[in-house]
Amino acid sequence: MSDTSTKHDAFLRVEDLRVHFPTADGVVKATDGLSFELARGKTLGIVGESGSGKSVSSSAILGLHRGTRAQVSGQILLEDVDLLQLSDEEMRRRRGLDVAMIFQDPLSAMHPYYTVGNQLVEAYRVHNNVSKKAARTRAIEMLERVGIPQPDRRVDDYPHQFSGGMRQRAMIAMGLINNPGLLIADEPTTALDVTVQAQILDLLQDLQREFNSAIIIITHDLGVVAEMADQVLVMYAGKAVEYGPTKELLVRPEMPYTWGLLSSVPDVTADTDSKLIPIPGNPPSLLNPPSGCAFHPRCPHKDKVPGRLCWTVQPELVPGRQGMGHLKRCHLPDPDQVYALEVLPEFDPELASELAQARIPDPAADAAAGPAAGPAAGTAAGTATPDTADERDAQ
Amino acid sequence: MFAYLVRRIIGGIVLLIVMSLVTFALFFASPVNPADFSCGKNCSPAQKKQTAAALGFDDNFFNQWADFGKGVFVGRDFPDDPKLRETAPETIAHCPAPCLGYSRERTANVTSLIKETLPVSVSLAILAFIIWIVGGVLFGVIAALRRGTIIDRGLVGISLVLYAFPTFFVGLLLYKFVAIKWGWVDIPRYETIADGGITGWASSLILPAITLAVFFMAAYVRMTRAYVIESLSEDYVRTARAKGLPARAVTFKHALRAALTPIVTMAGLDFAGLLGGAIITESVFNYPGLGKLAVQANRDYDLPTLVGLVLLLAAFVIIANIIVDVLYAVIDPRVRLS
Ligand SMILES: Nc1ncnc2c1ncn2[C@@H]1O[C@H](COP(=O)(O)OP(=O)(O)OP(=O)(O)O)[C@@H](O)[C@H]1O
Ligand code: SF4
Ligand SMILES: [Mg+2]
Repeated sequence: MSDTSTKHDAFLRVEDLRVHFPTADGVVKATDGLSFELARGKTLGIVGESGSGKSVSSSAILGLHRGTRAQVSGQILLEDVDLLQLSDEEMRRRRGLDVAMIFQDPLSAMHPYYTVGNQLVEAYRVHNNVSKKAARTRAIEMLERVGIPQPDRRVDDYPHQFSGGMRQRAMIAMGLINNPGLLIADEPTTALDVTVQAQILDLLQDLQREFNSAIIIITHDLGVVAEMADQVLVMYAGKAVEYGPTKELLVRPEMPYTWGLLSSVPDVTADTDSKLIPIPGNPPSLLNPPSGCAFHPRCPHKDKVPGRLCWTVQPELVPGRQGMGHLKRCHLPDPDQVYALEVLPEFDPELASELAQARIPDPAADAAAGPAAGPAAGTAAGTATPDTADERDAQ
Repeated sequence: MFAYLVRRIIGGIVLLIVMSLVTFALFFASPVNPADFSCGKNCSPAQKKQTAAALGFDDNFFNQWADFGKGVFVGRDFPDDPKLRETAPETIAHCPAPCLGYSRERTANVTSLIKETLPVSVSLAILAFIIWIVGGVLFGVIAALRRGTIIDRGLVGISLVLYAFPTFFVGLLLYKFVAIKWGWVDIPRYETIADGGITGWASSLILPAITLAVFFMAAYVRMTRAYVIESLSEDYVRTARAKGLPARAVTFKHALRAALTPIVTMAGLDFAGLLGGAIITESVFNYPGLGKLAVQANRDYDLPTLVGLVLLLAAFVIIANIIVDVLYAVIDPRVRLS
C-alpha cells in the first residue's frame, strides 16, 4: 500500500453498516452507520465502553447475524465483494477461510467436549478437502506456531486442561489455520493476566507480519490499541465518534468521549503521576439514544458549544483540525485547546506541560481558538498544576 | 475411572444400608402391629404374641434389622425356631436368599411377590421410556430450533396441556375410547414375551405405556427445548459458526451434544423411579406390577412387603445414579479427568 492506494482498493471497506435489533420495546440500534476501511497487513483497533456495539459490528462482518432477527444493512466489501449480498451458503464458506474471529473468553469459546486438536482439525477440514491425518498434522503445526509446548501431545488435550493463555493461543491457532486475510479479535486478552496479555499481543503481531493479514482488534484498553493498532475507531452508542491513525489520535484526541477513555486508562503513557478519572454516568440506551450528540448527558464540555447544539443537533463525523485522516464527531470548535488546557492537566500534568511547551510556537492555532478559549481557560485555572497555569499566563 | 467406579459402588452400598436402617426405623415406629392383622377380629393376646414371635416382630430393632440382613444373604425361616424345625417342619415357612421378608397377608415371600410383579413394571417402564425419550427429545429439539414459530408455540402449548392432565385421566380416556369404544387395540391385559412374543408383549403394554409416557414426554419437551436454546447461545456454538461449519454440524455436533447431557441424567433417574412401579397407571389398567403390589400392601398394612418394595426402589435409584454418573463421565471429559 503506497501512493497508489485509494479508497477503493482497501482490503476491507465497511460502508454505513447498521445492525438493528427489533425488540418488544423498540429497535435497538446496536450499530448505526459505521464506516471504516482496512488494508492488508494493517490493524484497526475498535474501542468503546461495554455495550457500544463493538462485538455486534464485528460479528456482522462474519455474517453471524444471519438467521437471527437482526436487520443488517450497508456494505461490507472484502476485496470488493459485498459480504452482505452473499447467499448464506457463500457466506458460510468464507467464514473461517477469508475472515476468522477469535473471542474474549477462550474457555467458553471452545467446546468443552472435544479435544483442542479435534476442534482445529474441524476448522481446517471444513475448508480443505484433506484426510483427518493431514489435518491433524496441520493442527499440530499451528499449535507449535502459536507457541504451545509439546504440541504433538497437547493436541489431544481438552480445552479445560490448557491454561488461559494457552487456550487463547489455541484459539488463535484455530483462527489462523486457514490463513484468513482478515482476523477479528474480540477482546482477545481481556480474560488474561497482564504478562500473558503482552505475550498474546506479541504473538498476534508476529503472525500478522508472517501472514500479512488484516486485523481488527476490539478492546476496552487503549494500551492495547497503542501497541497494536495502525488506526483507531472509537465507538459510542453504535456510532464512530472518532477515527484516525493511532499515534495522531492518541496524542491529539479531539472528542470528549475519547478524552474520557484516555483519562480512565492507567498505562497509556505509563506515567506514575497520571490519575484515573472514570467517565461519569452510564452508557446511553440504544433504544432511545439522547437527542443531539449521544454523549451530551455525560459530556463536561457541552456548555462550550454555543447555541445548545449538543442537545439538539447530532454532530457529523468530519475531519478534525489535524487533516483528512482524523475524523471526529463533536461540535467543539477548539478541541485542542480544551484538551491541552483542561483535560490533560487533570489526569497527566507532566505530559500536559510538555505539550504546552511544544504548543507555544503555533500562534495561528491559538489565535483561531482565541475567543472560545477564554472561559475554558478560566475553568482550567482552578485545577491545572502551577507550571501549566504559568504557561498560560505567559501567553 | 475404575477407582472412581469402585468408590461409587461402595458408596452406593453404604447408602443402601443406611436406607434400610431408616426404612426399618420408620416401620418399626409404625403405630400398627402387623401381627394384629394375622388372625382377624377375635384374636387372643396369646395368639398375637405367637404370630409376632413367628414373624420375628417381638425382637428389638437392631436384631430385627440384623435378621433382615441375614435373610438377604443366606435366607431365613419363619419362625426361626430350631426346636420347631425338628418337631414340626411343616409349620415353618422357608425364605431362601435373597430374602426380603415374609408376607403373612399374602402367605408368600416378599422376594417371590416381587419376582412376579417386577417384569410387568419393568416392561411398562421400558416401553414408556422409549416413547417419552424419543418423543420428548425430538419435539423438544424441533421446538428449540424453530423457536418463536407457530411450530414451537404449538409444541409448547400441547405439552403444557398434557403436562397438566392427571395420569389417571389420560389412562381412563385411552382405556375408554381407544380400547373399548373404538376397539383399536385389545382390552389391555398384560402378556409376557413368552406367551405373546415381542409384538404381543408390546401391544399388551401400549396403552399403559402411552399413559405413563404422556406426562414425562410433556415434561421432556419443555426441558429439552430449554437446554437446547441455552446451548445454542453458548460461546462455543458461536465459535462453531464462525469456523464456517454448516448449520447442521453446528446444531448436532456442537449444540445438541452439550444440551443432551443433563437430559441423560434426568432420564436415568426418572427411569429408575418408574422401575419401582407406576402406581396410578398400573391401578387404572389393573396391571399386576410393583405399583399395584405397593397399593395393596399399603392397604393391608403388609409391612414386610412395603419394606421390601421401598428398599428395591432405593436400590434402583442408587444404581441409576451410579450409571448416570459414569455416563456423565463418558460424555463430559471435564468430569472424567478431574
Ligand atoms: N440480539 C440482540 N438483541 C437486542 N440487543 C442486542 C442483541 N445483541 C446485542 N444487543 C445490544 O447491542 C448492544 C451492543 O452490544 P455489543 O455486544 O456489540 O457491545 P460491545 O461493545 O461488544 O460490549 P462489550 O465490551 O461488553 O463486549 C448492547 O447494548 C446489547 O444489549
Ligand atoms: S458534541 Fe457537544 S456533547 Fe458531544 S462530545 Fe462534543 S462537546 Fe460533548
Ligand atoms: Mg463485546
